Amino acid sequence: MQLSGSAIRCVRGGREIFAGLDFHASAGEALAVVGRNGSGKTSLLRLIAGLLVPAGGTIALDGGDAELTLPEQCHYLGHRDALKPALSVAENLSFWADFLGGERSDAGESLATVGIDHATDLPAGFLSAGQRRRLSLARLLTVRRPVWLLDEPTTALDTAGQDMFCSLMRDHLARGGLIVAATHAPLGIDSRELRIGGAA
Amino acid sequence: MTALSALIRRDIRIALRVGGGALIGVLFFLTVVVLMPFAVGPDLALLSRLGPAILWLGALLASLLTLDRLFMADHDDGSLDLITMSRTPLELSCAAKALAHWLASGLPLIVATPVLGLLLNLDMVATGAVALTLLAGTPALTFTGMIGAALAVTLHRGGLLMAVLVLPLSIPVLIFGVAASQAVIVGPLTFGAPFSILCALSLVSLVIGPFAAAASLRHGLD
Repeated sequence: MQLSGSAIRCVRGGREIFAGLDFHASAGEALAVVGRNGSGKTSLLRLIAGLLVPAGGTIALDGGDAELTLPEQCHYLGHRDALKPALSVAENLSFWADFLGGERSDAGESLATVGIDHATDLPAGFLSAGQRRRLSLARLLTVRRPVWLLDEPTTALDTAGQDMFCSLMRDHLARGGLIVAATHAPLGIDSRELRIGGAA
Repeated sequence: MTALSALIRRDIRIALRVGGGALIGVLFFLTVVVLMPFAVGPDLALLSRLGPAILWLGALLASLLTLDRLFMADHDDGSLDLITMSRTPLELSCAAKALAHWLASGLPLIVATPVLGLLLNLDMVATGAVALTLLAGTPALTFTGMIGAALAVTLHRGGLLMAVLVLPLSIPVLIFGVAASQAVIVGPLTFGAPFSILCALSLVSLVIGPFAAAASLRHGLD
């Protein structure tokens, strides 16, 4: 399985963010997208996720499920965590598990892995920023997707949480998964660097 | 199917919890209709002649009031991104969301109609006719309103824009809904003709609404 993009050009709001960007990542590999603020890290992730339309170039996943499009094989973890404050932790997770479909693992186990199994009945509105992020990570574990697109994944996580997240990413890579992460801080795992828009 | 029923169940659950939209719509409907007899005065004949129009206007405004939240909340918290990326076609997700919205905010309006009919001096038959036309017509309001809700998200303008976009589309529904109810109360038209057109409007919007809303959401990807 290989994710590759060639000559990608991204235009947002009439302004060119980047052009002629090439990248590739193979199964079991993590790609750390780095660059200064506004260089287009998030835009690149959203292009891969199909949430933005490229102004030029192509993005393709070779060796994935031929029946599915690239976005359908991706997990996108953005700044906004897609959690409903009125629903409990368990309800939030089980909704996404049911809605996203595909191969899945036990939701309770995922909550235990990310360390918020003590709060399953609590409405998500009462969670702290770090707990919300942990709950979003539980979605990545419960529903299996080969490609993880992570936007600043470690924000709001405490040190123990960051260690836990590193081991989750290593497990995912070991299973033949693929990670593209936009980050300022070091990712904490072996990764290849993709720099956008000059030195930071 | 699991995906769609999960989406419907989630939206209904959110609407019924504290801060959800379901109760707001019914309360607004209640307020409009309860205030009307005080504004019109104690003329019972006039009140029963205006009754169906008042009930329909109340229901139309109440459903507009809650519709702008249909996609906005999902857009603001990032859920819409995941819904767009998912294996469920966006058109079906839109239809499921509209159905959930109708079940949570449209159906309560119809249930409240018999009680409110009493306040407007409508007899059993007339109240039944209004409730029946609302049952046939409110899906059209929801499914055309969904187009406006989707545009409001993609254009990053809420509330007022939606009302301006959606109101012209709901005028035919209002005309035939009130015409069918009036036919039962005063004649001389038959109930069947305007009611059939009302049903047709609902069926058409059931088909067009999800496609238009999904196209609007896709076009506005950002």
